Amino acid sequence: MRNAECGMRNCIEQRTVVSLCGIQLDNPVIPASGTFGYGYEFAELYDINCLGTFSFKGTTREPRFGNPTPRIAECASGMINAVGLQNPGVNAVIAEELPKLKQCFHKPVMANVSGFSVEEYAATCAKLDKEPQVGWLEVNVSCPNVHGGGMSFGTDPKAAAEVVKAVKAVTTKPVLIKLTPNVTDIVAIAKACEEAGADGISLINTLLGMRIDLKTKRPVIANKMGGFSGPAVFPVALRMVYQVYEAVKIPIVGMGGVACAEDVIEMMLAGATAVEIGAANLTDPFVCRDIVEQLPAVMDKYHIDNLNDIIGGAH
Amino acid sequence: MKESFLTITENTPLTKDVYRMKLSGDVSAVTAPGQFVNIKLEGLFLRRPISVCDCDGDSVTIIYKAVGKGTEQMTRMNPGETLNVLTGLGNGYDTAPSGDRPLLLGGGVGVPPLYLLAKKLLAEGKRPSVVLGFNTKNEVFCEQEFKNLGCEVTVTTVDGSYGVKGFVTDALPEDYTYFYTCGPEPMLKAVYRATNTSGQFSFEERMGCGFGACMGCSCKTITGFKRICKEGPVLRKEEILF
Repeated sequence: MRNAECGMRNCIEQRTVVSLCGIQLDNPVIPASGTFGYGYEFAELYDINCLGTFSFKGTTREPRFGNPTPRIAECASGMINAVGLQNPGVNAVIAEELPKLKQCFHKPVMANVSGFSVEEYAATCAKLDKEPQVGWLEVNVSCPNVHGGGMSFGTDPKAAAEVVKAVKAVTTKPVLIKLTPNVTDIVAIAKACEEAGADGISLINTLLGMRIDLKTKRPVIANKMGGFSGPAVFPVALRMVYQVYEAVKIPIVGMGGVACAEDVIEMMLAGATAVEIGAANLTDPFVCRDIVEQLPAVMDKYHIDNLNDIIGGAH
Repeated sequence: MKESFLTITENTPLTKDVYRMKLSGDVSAVTAPGQFVNIKLEGLFLRRPISVCDCDGDSVTIIYKAVGKGTEQMTRMNPGETLNVLTGLGNGYDTAPSGDRPLLLGGGVGVPPLYLLAKKLLAEGKRPSVVLGFNTKNEVFCEQEFKNLGCEVTVTTVDGSYGVKGFVTDALPEDYTYFYTCGPEPMLKAVYRATNTSGQFSFEERMGCGFGACMGCSCKTITGFKRICKEGPVLRKEEILF
Protein backbone atom coordinates (compact mmCIF):
# COMPACT_ATOMS: atom_id res chain seq x y z
CA MET A 1 0.00 0.00 0.00
CA ARG A 2 2.76 2.40 0.90
CA ASN A 3 4.53 1.58 -2.34
CA ALA A 4 1.45 2.40 -4.34
CA GLU A 5 0.99 5.63 -2.45
CA CYS A 6 4.56 6.56 -3.15
CA GLY A 7 3.98 6.01 -6.84
CA MET A 8 0.66 7.79 -6.96
CA ARG A 9 1.19 10.71 -4.66
CA ASN A 10 4.79 11.76 -4.22
CA CYS A 11 6.11 11.06 -7.67
CA ILE A 12 3.76 13.60 -9.18
CA GLU A 13 4.37 16.15 -6.45
CA GLN A 14 5.27 19.03 -8.79
CA ARG A 15 6.83 21.20 -6.11
CA THR A 16 9.58 18.66 -5.46
CA VAL A 17 10.57 18.43 -9.14
CA VAL A 18 14.08 19.67 -9.88
CA SER A 19 16.18 19.65 -13.01
CA LEU A 20 19.70 18.24 -12.87
CA CYS A 21 21.79 19.12 -15.94
CA GLY A 22 18.67 19.24 -18.07
CA ILE A 23 17.14 15.99 -16.89
CA GLN A 24 14.05 16.26 -14.72
CA LEU A 25 13.97 14.53 -11.35
CA ASP A 26 10.60 13.96 -9.67
CA ASN A 27 12.37 14.82 -6.45
CA PRO A 28 15.96 15.54 -5.46
CA VAL A 29 16.38 12.29 -3.49
CA ILE A 30 19.17 10.09 -4.85
CA PRO A 31 20.66 7.04 -3.09
CA ALA A 32 24.43 7.39 -3.32
CA SER A 33 26.78 5.08 -5.12
CA GLY A 34 28.02 2.09 -3.14
CA THR A 35 25.05 2.06 -0.80
CA PHE A 36 22.37 0.95 -3.26
CA GLY A 37 24.05 -1.73 -5.39
CA TYR A 38 22.49 -1.80 -8.84
CA GLY A 39 19.10 -1.11 -7.33
CA TYR A 40 17.36 -4.45 -7.27
CA GLU A 41 18.12 -5.39 -3.63
CA PHE A 42 16.05 -2.34 -2.72
CA ALA A 43 13.45 -2.96 -5.43
CA GLU A 44 12.53 -6.08 -3.45
CA LEU A 45 11.71 -3.80 -0.50
CA TYR A 46 9.85 -0.94 -2.15
CA ASP A 47 9.09 0.59 -5.54
CA ILE A 48 12.34 2.44 -6.23
CA ASN A 49 10.63 4.49 -8.94
CA CYS A 50 9.59 6.86 -6.17
CA LEU A 51 13.22 8.08 -6.08
CA GLY A 52 14.54 10.96 -8.13
CA THR A 53 17.13 8.53 -9.45
CA PHE A 54 19.99 6.59 -7.86
CA SER A 55 23.70 6.40 -8.45
CA PHE A 56 24.75 2.83 -9.08
CA LYS A 57 27.76 0.99 -7.64
CA GLY A 58 31.09 2.50 -8.70
CA THR A 59 32.03 0.78 -11.94
CA THR A 60 35.49 0.30 -13.42
CA ARG A 61 36.69 -0.95 -16.80
CA GLU A 62 37.80 -4.31 -15.37
CA PRO A 63 36.03 -6.44 -12.73
CA ARG A 64 37.37 -5.86 -9.21
CA PHE A 65 37.08 -7.85 -6.00
CA GLY A 66 38.19 -4.89 -3.94
CA ASN A 67 39.99 -4.96 -0.63
CA PRO A 68 40.36 -7.83 1.82
CA THR A 69 37.93 -7.98 4.76
CA PRO A 70 37.26 -6.60 7.33
CA ARG A 71 36.11 -3.69 5.19
CA ILE A 72 33.77 -2.06 7.70
CA ALA A 73 34.18 -0.34 11.06
CA GLU A 74 31.78 1.65 13.16
CA CYS A 75 32.34 5.03 14.77
CA ALA A 76 30.25 7.59 16.61
CA SER A 77 27.35 8.58 14.33
CA GLY A 78 28.86 6.92 11.34
CA MET A 79 30.97 4.24 9.80
CA ILE A 80 34.19 3.63 7.92
CA ASN A 81 34.35 1.49 4.79
CA ALA A 82 37.18 0.25 2.65
CA VAL A 83 35.32 -1.87 0.11
CA GLY A 84 37.75 -0.82 -2.61
CA LEU A 85 35.40 -0.52 -5.58
CA GLN A 86 34.23 -4.11 -5.81
CA ASN A 87 32.27 -4.34 -9.05
CA PRO A 88 31.81 -6.75 -11.96
CA GLY A 89 33.36 -4.38 -14.52
CA VAL A 90 31.61 -2.20 -17.08
CA ASN A 91 30.97 -4.97 -19.62
CA ALA A 92 29.12 -7.11 -17.08
CA VAL A 93 27.26 -4.05 -15.79
CA ILE A 94 25.99 -3.36 -19.31
CA ALA A 95 25.29 -7.01 -20.15
CA GLU A 96 23.77 -8.12 -16.85
CA GLU A 97 23.05 -5.41 -14.29
CA LEU A 98 21.38 -2.80 -16.52
CA PRO A 99 18.92 -5.26 -18.12
CA LYS A 100 17.97 -6.48 -14.62
CA LEU A 101 17.58 -2.90 -13.44
CA LYS A 102 15.31 -2.13 -16.39
CA GLN A 103 12.74 -4.52 -14.95
CA CYS A 104 12.35 -2.50 -11.76
CA PHE A 105 13.51 1.07 -12.48
CA HIS A 106 12.05 3.14 -15.29
CA LYS A 107 13.90 6.43 -14.92
CA PRO A 108 17.34 7.54 -16.08
CA VAL A 109 19.94 6.14 -13.69
CA MET A 110 23.16 7.82 -12.62
CA ALA A 111 26.20 5.77 -13.65
CA ASN A 112 29.05 6.07 -11.18
CA VAL A 113 32.44 5.49 -12.78
CA SER A 114 35.88 5.03 -11.26
CA GLY A 115 39.26 4.44 -12.75
CA PHE A 116 43.00 4.19 -12.36
CA SER A 117 44.05 6.21 -15.38
CA VAL A 118 42.56 8.94 -17.54
CA GLU A 119 42.25 6.42 -20.38
CA GLU A 120 40.35 4.00 -18.18
CA TYR A 121 37.85 6.65 -17.10
CA ALA A 122 37.27 7.57 -20.73
CA ALA A 123 36.95 3.95 -21.88
CA THR A 124 34.37 3.11 -19.21
CA CYS A 125 32.39 6.29 -19.84
CA ALA A 126 32.45 5.72 -23.61
CA LYS A 127 30.76 2.34 -23.07
CA LEU A 128 28.16 3.70 -20.66
CA ASP A 129 27.47 6.63 -22.98
CA LYS A 130 25.78 4.20 -25.38
CA GLU A 131 23.32 2.99 -22.74
CA PRO A 132 19.93 4.70 -22.98
CA GLN A 133 19.15 3.87 -19.33
CA VAL A 134 22.05 6.02 -18.19
CA GLY A 135 21.08 9.65 -17.59
CA TRP A 136 24.22 11.07 -16.03
CA LEU A 137 27.79 9.96 -15.63
CA GLU A 138 29.01 10.58 -12.11
CA VAL A 139 32.77 10.38 -12.37
CA ASN A 140 34.36 9.48 -9.07
CA VAL A 141 37.82 11.02 -8.71
CA SER A 142 37.61 10.63 -4.97
CA CYS A 143 37.66 7.01 -3.80
CA PRO A 144 39.93 6.94 -0.74
CA ASN A 145 40.20 3.15 -0.71
CA VAL A 146 42.21 2.27 -3.78
CA HIS A 147 45.85 2.91 -4.51
CA GLY A 148 47.15 4.60 -7.62
CA GLY A 149 43.75 5.83 -8.72
CA GLY A 150 40.55 7.29 -7.41
CA MET A 151 41.38 10.00 -4.97
CA SER A 152 44.76 10.81 -6.48
CA PHE A 153 42.89 12.42 -9.40
CA GLY A 154 40.62 14.36 -7.13
CA THR A 155 43.27 15.98 -4.96
CA ASP A 156 44.93 17.83 -7.83
CA PRO A 157 43.00 20.41 -9.86
CA LYS A 158 44.97 19.63 -13.03
CA ALA A 159 44.48 15.87 -12.79
CA ALA A 160 40.77 16.26 -12.03
CA ALA A 161 40.39 18.60 -15.02
CA GLU A 162 42.14 16.09 -17.26
CA VAL A 163 39.69 13.38 -16.30
CA VAL A 164 36.77 15.72 -16.99
CA LYS A 165 38.13 16.64 -20.43
CA ALA A 166 38.79 13.02 -21.37
CA VAL A 167 35.31 11.93 -20.30
CA LYS A 168 33.55 14.88 -21.93
CA ALA A 169 35.26 13.97 -25.20
CA VAL A 170 33.56 10.55 -25.29
CA THR A 171 30.05 11.33 -24.10
CA THR A 172 27.12 13.58 -24.75
CA LYS A 173 25.56 12.74 -21.40
CA PRO A 174 25.91 15.20 -18.54
CA VAL A 175 29.08 14.59 -16.55
CA LEU A 176 29.06 15.11 -12.80
CA ILE A 177 32.45 14.98 -11.18
CA LYS A 178 32.44 13.51 -7.67
CA LEU A 179 34.96 15.22 -5.44
CA THR A 180 36.81 14.21 -2.32
CA PRO A 181 36.75 16.32 0.84
CA ASN A 182 40.31 15.19 1.62
CA VAL A 183 41.85 18.33 0.13
CA THR A 184 43.04 21.69 1.36
CA ASP A 185 40.97 23.71 -1.09
CA ILE A 186 37.82 22.08 -2.45
CA VAL A 187 36.91 25.26 -4.30
CA ALA A 188 40.03 25.22 -6.47
CA ILE A 189 39.30 21.63 -7.58
CA ALA A 190 35.64 22.38 -8.26
CA LYS A 191 36.53 25.44 -10.35
CA ALA A 192 39.10 23.48 -12.34
CA CYS A 193 36.45 20.87 -13.13
CA GLU A 194 33.93 23.50 -14.17
CA GLU A 195 36.48 25.13 -16.47
CA ALA A 196 37.30 21.72 -17.96
CA GLY A 197 33.65 21.31 -18.94
CA ALA A 198 32.03 19.38 -16.11
CA ASP A 199 28.23 19.69 -16.15
CA GLY A 200 27.88 19.36 -12.41
CA ILE A 201 29.69 18.53 -9.21
CA SER A 202 28.91 15.83 -6.67
CA LEU A 203 30.32 16.27 -3.22
CA ILE A 204 31.43 14.99 -0.83
CA ASN A 205 32.87 11.50 -1.04
CA THR A 206 33.95 9.98 2.29
CA LEU A 207 36.54 11.45 4.62
CA LEU A 208 39.65 9.38 5.19
CA GLY A 209 39.50 7.81 8.64
CA MET A 210 40.44 4.78 10.68
CA ARG A 211 39.75 2.76 13.85
CA ILE A 212 42.04 0.61 15.97
CA ASP A 213 40.80 -2.50 17.79
CA LEU A 214 41.83 -2.30 21.44
CA LYS A 215 41.85 -6.08 21.79
CA THR A 216 44.17 -6.79 18.86
CA LYS A 217 45.83 -3.35 18.93
CA ARG A 218 45.67 -3.35 15.15
CA PRO A 219 43.57 -1.35 12.68
CA VAL A 220 40.02 -2.73 12.49
CA ILE A 221 39.95 -2.51 8.70
CA ALA A 222 42.28 -4.72 6.65
CA ASN A 223 43.10 -1.74 4.41
CA LYS A 224 43.98 0.11 7.65
CA MET A 225 42.19 3.29 6.55
CA GLY A 226 38.82 3.81 4.98
CA GLY A 227 36.16 6.32 4.08
CA PHE A 228 34.28 7.87 6.96
CA SER A 229 30.60 8.61 6.32
CA GLY A 230 27.32 8.92 8.16
CA PRO A 231 25.54 11.70 10.05
CA ALA A 232 28.80 12.77 11.72
CA VAL A 233 30.15 14.18 8.44
CA PHE A 234 27.04 16.20 7.53
CA PRO A 235 28.34 19.59 8.74
CA VAL A 236 31.58 19.12 6.80
CA ALA A 237 29.69 18.19 3.66
CA LEU A 238 27.27 21.07 4.06
CA ARG A 239 30.12 23.54 4.49
CA MET A 240 31.82 22.31 1.31
CA VAL A 241 28.60 22.45 -0.73
CA TYR A 242 28.13 26.01 0.55
CA GLN A 243 31.69 27.02 -0.42
CA VAL A 244 31.57 25.41 -3.85
CA TYR A 245 28.16 26.96 -4.60
CA GLU A 246 29.71 30.39 -4.21
CA ALA A 247 32.48 29.55 -6.67
CA VAL A 248 30.81 27.66 -9.54
CA LYS A 249 27.74 28.08 -11.75
CA ILE A 250 27.16 24.41 -12.56
CA PRO A 251 24.72 22.44 -10.37
CA ILE A 252 25.85 20.64 -7.26
CA VAL A 253 24.68 17.27 -5.99
CA GLY A 254 25.18 17.49 -2.24
CA MET A 255 25.87 14.48 -0.08
CA GLY A 256 27.53 13.44 3.15
CA GLY A 257 25.63 12.29 6.22
CA VAL A 258 22.18 13.08 4.88
CA ALA A 259 19.63 11.00 6.79
CA CYS A 260 16.24 12.76 6.71
CA ALA A 261 14.09 15.22 4.75
CA GLU A 262 15.31 18.11 6.90
CA ASP A 263 18.90 17.32 5.91
CA VAL A 264 17.88 17.34 2.23
CA ILE A 265 16.42 20.80 2.61
CA GLU A 266 19.47 22.04 4.50
CA MET A 267 21.75 20.73 1.72
CA MET A 268 19.62 22.51 -0.87
CA LEU A 269 19.75 25.75 1.10
CA ALA A 270 23.55 25.43 1.03
CA GLY A 271 23.45 25.14 -2.75
CA ALA A 272 22.61 21.59 -3.78
CA THR A 273 20.23 21.03 -6.71
CA ALA A 274 19.84 17.39 -5.74
CA VAL A 275 20.91 15.39 -2.72
CA GLU A 276 22.41 11.94 -2.36
CA ILE A 277 21.86 9.71 0.65
CA GLY A 278 24.58 7.16 1.38
CA ALA A 279 25.36 5.46 4.66
CA ALA A 280 21.80 5.90 5.94
CA ASN A 281 20.61 3.32 3.38
CA LEU A 282 22.74 0.69 5.06
CA THR A 283 21.19 1.05 8.49
CA ASP A 284 17.68 1.88 7.32
CA PRO A 285 16.95 0.36 3.91
CA PHE A 286 13.71 2.34 3.64
CA VAL A 287 15.21 5.73 4.42
CA CYS A 288 15.11 7.13 0.87
CA ARG A 289 11.49 6.12 0.35
CA ASP A 290 10.65 7.69 3.70
CA ILE A 291 12.47 10.93 2.83
CA VAL A 292 10.54 11.16 -0.46
CA GLU A 293 7.29 10.65 1.44
CA GLN A 294 8.12 13.11 4.19
CA LEU A 295 9.55 15.86 2.02
CA PRO A 296 6.25 17.67 1.23
CA ALA A 297 5.24 17.80 4.90
CA VAL A 298 8.66 19.09 5.94
CA MET A 299 8.47 21.69 3.15
CA ASP A 300 5.10 22.79 4.54
CA LYS A 301 6.51 23.03 8.02
CA TYR A 302 9.19 25.44 6.83
CA HIS A 303 6.89 27.32 4.42
CA ILE A 304 8.66 26.13 1.28
CA ASP A 305 6.34 26.14 -1.73
CA ASN A 306 8.77 24.76 -4.25
CA LEU A 307 12.21 23.21 -3.77
CA ASN A 308 13.63 25.21 -6.67
CA ASP A 309 13.08 28.35 -4.60
CA ILE A 310 15.53 27.25 -1.92
CA ILE A 311 18.55 26.05 -3.90
CA GLY A 312 21.41 28.16 -2.52
CA GLY A 313 18.88 30.03 -0.42
CA ALA A 314 21.23 30.36 2.55
CA HIS A 315 23.66 32.58 0.63
CA MET B 1 13.79 -9.47 4.33
CA LYS B 2 11.39 -7.58 6.51
CA GLU B 3 11.74 -4.68 8.94
CA SER B 4 9.94 -5.58 12.16
CA PHE B 5 9.51 -4.05 15.57
CA LEU B 6 9.97 -6.97 17.93
CA THR B 7 9.28 -7.02 21.66
CA ILE B 8 11.76 -8.60 24.04
CA THR B 9 10.04 -11.33 26.05
CA GLU B 10 13.16 -12.86 27.59
CA ASN B 11 16.81 -11.85 28.00
CA THR B 12 18.63 -14.27 30.30
CA PRO B 13 22.29 -15.16 30.78
CA LEU B 14 23.26 -18.73 29.92
CA THR B 15 26.90 -18.29 30.93
CA LYS B 16 29.00 -15.37 32.17
CA ASP B 17 28.71 -13.51 28.85
CA VAL B 18 26.32 -15.49 26.64
CA TYR B 19 22.67 -14.47 26.68
CA ARG B 20 19.46 -15.82 25.26
CA MET B 21 16.99 -13.23 23.98
CA LYS B 22 13.50 -14.03 22.80
CA LEU B 23 11.78 -11.50 20.56
CA SER B 24 8.13 -11.61 19.62
CA GLY B 25 6.36 -10.03 16.66
CA ASP B 26 6.28 -10.50 12.90
CA VAL B 27 9.04 -12.99 12.14
CA SER B 28 7.45 -14.32 8.96
CA ALA B 29 10.53 -13.44 6.91
CA VAL B 30 12.60 -16.08 8.71
CA THR B 31 12.44 -19.02 6.31
CA ALA B 32 15.51 -21.18 6.97
CA PRO B 33 17.82 -22.22 9.81
CA GLY B 34 21.15 -20.42 9.61
CA GLN B 35 19.64 -17.08 8.65
CA PHE B 36 20.31 -14.02 10.80
CA VAL B 37 18.60 -10.87 12.04
CA ASN B 38 20.14 -7.39 12.10
CA ILE B 39 19.32 -5.34 15.16
CA LYS B 40 19.23 -1.55 15.44
CA LEU B 41 20.43 -0.36 18.83
CA GLU B 42 19.96 3.06 20.36
CA GLY B 43 23.01 5.28 19.91
CA LEU B 44 24.90 2.93 17.60
CA PHE B 45 25.12 3.53 13.87
CA LEU B 46 25.47 0.03 12.44
CA ARG B 47 23.06 -2.75 13.20
CA ARG B 48 24.22 -5.91 14.97
CA PRO B 49 23.86 -9.13 12.97
CA ILE B 50 22.96 -12.15 15.16
CA SER B 51 22.09 -15.64 13.94
CA VAL B 52 18.67 -17.12 14.56
CA CYS B 53 18.69 -19.92 17.15
CA ASP B 54 15.02 -20.76 17.08
CA CYS B 55 11.88 -19.48 15.43
CA ASP B 56 8.23 -20.31 15.76
CA GLY B 57 5.15 -18.59 14.37
CA ASP B 58 5.45 -15.35 16.27
CA SER B 59 8.84 -15.23 17.96
CA VAL B 60 12.50 -15.62 17.29
CA THR B 61 15.22 -16.66 19.76
CA ILE B 62 18.79 -15.44 19.47
CA ILE B 63 21.78 -16.39 21.58
CA TYR B 64 24.52 -13.77 21.63
CA LYS B 65 27.81 -13.18 23.37
CA ALA B 66 28.64 -9.81 24.89
CA VAL B 67 31.80 -8.96 22.97
CA GLY B 68 31.50 -5.21 22.36
CA LYS B 69 29.49 -2.07 22.84
CA GLY B 70 26.38 -3.29 21.01
CA THR B 71 26.06 -6.75 22.51
CA GLU B 72 26.92 -5.38 25.97
CA GLN B 73 24.09 -2.87 25.55
CA MET B 74 21.77 -5.75 24.64
CA THR B 75 22.54 -7.54 27.91
CA ARG B 76 21.05 -4.58 29.79
CA MET B 77 17.74 -4.64 27.91
CA ASN B 78 14.57 -5.81 29.60
CA PRO B 79 11.43 -7.70 28.60
CA GLY B 80 8.85 -5.29 27.21
CA GLU B 81 11.38 -3.16 25.34
CA THR B 82 11.11 -3.17 21.54
CA LEU B 83 13.82 -3.42 18.93
CA ASN B 84 13.89 -2.47 15.24
CA VAL B 85 15.04 -5.67 13.57
CA LEU B 86 15.63 -6.66 9.95
CA THR B 87 14.59 -10.32 9.78
CA GLY B 88 15.09 -13.14 7.33
CA LEU B 89 18.61 -12.19 6.23
CA GLY B 90 21.02 -14.55 4.49
CA ASN B 91 20.51 -17.84 2.69
CA GLY B 92 20.55 -20.26 5.64
CA TYR B 93 21.30 -23.99 5.66
CA ASP B 94 19.88 -26.23 2.97
CA THR B 95 18.67 -29.51 4.49
CA ALA B 96 18.05 -31.23 1.15
CA PRO B 97 21.51 -32.85 0.78
CA SER B 98 21.83 -33.93 4.43
CA GLY B 99 21.21 -37.66 4.03
CA ASP B 100 19.88 -39.73 6.90
CA ARG B 101 22.67 -39.12 9.48
CA PRO B 102 23.83 -35.48 9.27
CA LEU B 103 26.49 -34.23 11.65
CA LEU B 104 26.19 -30.80 13.29
CA LEU B 105 29.42 -29.19 14.51
CA GLY B 106 29.17 -25.98 16.53
CA GLY B 107 31.81 -23.95 18.32
CA GLY B 108 31.05 -21.29 20.95
CA VAL B 109 28.49 -18.78 19.69
CA GLY B 110 28.48 -20.77 16.47
CA VAL B 111 26.26 -23.28 18.27
CA PRO B 112 22.92 -21.39 18.22
CA PRO B 113 22.04 -21.57 14.49
CA LEU B 114 22.45 -25.35 14.61
CA TYR B 115 19.50 -25.60 16.98
CA LEU B 116 16.83 -24.58 14.47
CA LEU B 117 18.67 -26.68 11.90
CA ALA B 118 18.48 -29.75 14.17
CA LYS B 119 14.76 -29.15 14.64
CA LYS B 120 14.22 -28.98 10.90
CA LEU B 121 16.30 -32.09 10.20
CA LEU B 122 14.39 -34.02 12.86
CA ALA B 123 11.09 -32.86 11.41
CA GLU B 124 12.25 -34.24 8.08
CA GLY B 125 12.78 -37.64 9.74
CA LYS B 126 16.59 -37.45 9.78
CA ARG B 127 18.78 -38.39 12.74
CA PRO B 128 21.30 -35.61 13.39
CA SER B 129 24.17 -36.08 15.80
CA VAL B 130 25.65 -33.00 17.40
CA VAL B 131 29.14 -32.06 18.58
CA LEU B 132 29.42 -28.80 20.52
CA GLY B 133 32.83 -27.30 21.26
CA PHE B 134 33.69 -24.79 23.99
CA ASN B 135 36.84 -23.53 25.68
CA THR B 136 35.93 -24.65 29.18
CA LYS B 137 33.12 -26.06 31.33
CA ASN B 138 31.77 -22.65 32.42
CA GLU B 139 31.17 -21.66 28.81
CA VAL B 140 29.04 -24.66 27.85
CA PHE B 141 25.46 -23.88 26.84
CA CYS B 142 22.63 -25.46 24.84
CA GLU B 143 23.70 -29.06 25.50
CA GLN B 144 20.44 -29.94 27.21
CA GLU B 145 18.37 -28.13 24.58
CA PHE B 146 19.79 -30.36 21.83
CA LYS B 147 19.29 -33.44 24.02
CA ASN B 148 15.68 -32.41 24.63
CA LEU B 149 15.13 -32.43 20.88
CA GLY B 150 16.32 -36.04 20.87
CA CYS B 151 19.75 -35.49 19.33
CA GLU B 152 22.81 -37.47 20.27
CA VAL B 153 25.11 -34.78 21.77
CA THR B 154 28.86 -34.78 22.45
CA VAL B 155 30.48 -31.79 24.14
CA THR B 156 34.17 -30.98 23.83
CA THR B 157 36.19 -28.49 25.87
CA VAL B 158 39.65 -27.31 24.95
CA ASP B 159 40.89 -27.64 28.53
CA GLY B 160 39.13 -30.94 29.15
CA SER B 161 37.10 -29.58 32.08
CA TYR B 162 33.91 -31.05 30.60
CA GLY B 163 33.17 -33.77 28.05
CA VAL B 164 35.80 -34.79 25.54
CA LYS B 165 39.09 -32.90 25.83
CA GLY B 166 39.99 -31.09 22.64
CA PHE B 167 38.17 -29.57 19.67
CA VAL B 168 35.01 -30.66 17.86
CA THR B 169 37.25 -32.38 15.34
CA ASP B 170 38.52 -34.62 18.15
CA ALA B 171 35.04 -36.03 18.64
CA LEU B 172 33.83 -36.74 15.12
CA PRO B 173 31.63 -39.84 14.89
CA GLU B 174 32.74 -42.47 12.40
CA ASP B 175 29.59 -42.55 10.43
CA TYR B 176 27.74 -39.53 9.06
CA THR B 177 26.18 -38.69 5.72
CA TYR B 178 26.80 -34.93 5.59
CA PHE B 179 27.79 -32.12 7.93
CA TYR B 180 26.77 -28.61 8.93
CA THR B 181 29.04 -26.33 10.90
CA CYS B 182 29.28 -22.88 12.44
CA GLY B 183 32.02 -21.45 14.62
CA PRO B 184 35.23 -19.43 14.62
CA GLU B 185 37.25 -19.57 11.42
CA PRO B 186 40.12 -21.73 12.78
CA MET B 187 37.50 -24.31 13.75
CA LEU B 188 35.87 -24.12 10.30
CA LYS B 189 39.25 -24.73 8.69
CA ALA B 190 39.87 -27.72 10.97
CA VAL B 191 36.41 -29.09 10.14
CA TYR B 192 37.11 -28.61 6.44
CA ARG B 193 40.20 -30.81 6.74
CA ALA B 194 38.86 -33.39 9.18
CA THR B 195 35.56 -34.23 7.48
CA ASN B 196 35.20 -36.82 4.73
CA THR B 197 31.79 -35.87 3.35
CA SER B 198 30.36 -32.76 1.78
CA GLY B 199 28.87 -30.14 4.07
CA GLN B 200 27.88 -26.54 4.70
CA PHE B 201 29.76 -23.84 6.61
CA SER B 202 28.29 -20.72 8.15
CA PHE B 203 30.66 -17.74 8.09
CA GLU B 204 30.94 -14.58 10.10
CA GLU B 205 32.16 -11.20 8.83
CA ARG B 206 31.94 -7.56 9.82
CA MET B 207 28.93 -6.22 7.95
CA GLY B 208 27.76 -2.81 6.88
CA CYS B 209 24.15 -3.38 5.88
CA GLY B 210 23.47 -7.13 6.20
CA PHE B 211 21.27 -7.26 3.09
CA GLY B 212 23.63 -7.11 0.15
CA ALA B 213 23.90 -3.40 -0.57
CA CYS B 214 27.35 -2.34 0.58
CA MET B 215 29.73 -5.16 -0.38
CA GLY B 216 31.30 -4.83 3.06
CA CYS B 217 31.42 -8.58 3.73
CA SER B 218 32.42 -10.05 0.36
CA CYS B 219 34.60 -13.11 0.10
CA LYS B 220 36.18 -15.04 -2.74
CA THR B 221 34.87 -18.52 -3.50
CA ILE B 222 35.50 -21.09 -6.20
CA THR B 223 32.26 -19.99 -7.82
CA GLY B 224 33.03 -16.26 -7.69
CA PHE B 225 32.64 -13.39 -5.27
CA LYS B 226 29.96 -13.85 -2.64
CA ARG B 227 28.49 -11.55 -0.04
CA ILE B 228 28.45 -13.29 3.33
CA CYS B 229 25.22 -11.47 4.17
CA LYS B 230 23.36 -12.29 0.96
CA GLU B 231 24.72 -15.35 -0.87
CA GLY B 232 25.95 -16.54 2.56
CA PRO B 233 26.39 -16.81 5.45
CA VAL B 234 26.21 -20.51 4.53
CA LEU B 235 28.60 -21.75 1.85
CA ARG B 236 29.06 -25.28 0.58
CA LYS B 237 32.34 -27.10 1.15
CA GLU B 238 32.90 -27.38 -2.61
CA GLU B 239 32.92 -23.61 -3.11
CA ILE B 240 35.10 -22.58 -0.17
CA LEU B 241 38.67 -21.38 -0.67
CA PHE B 242 40.55 -22.39 2.48
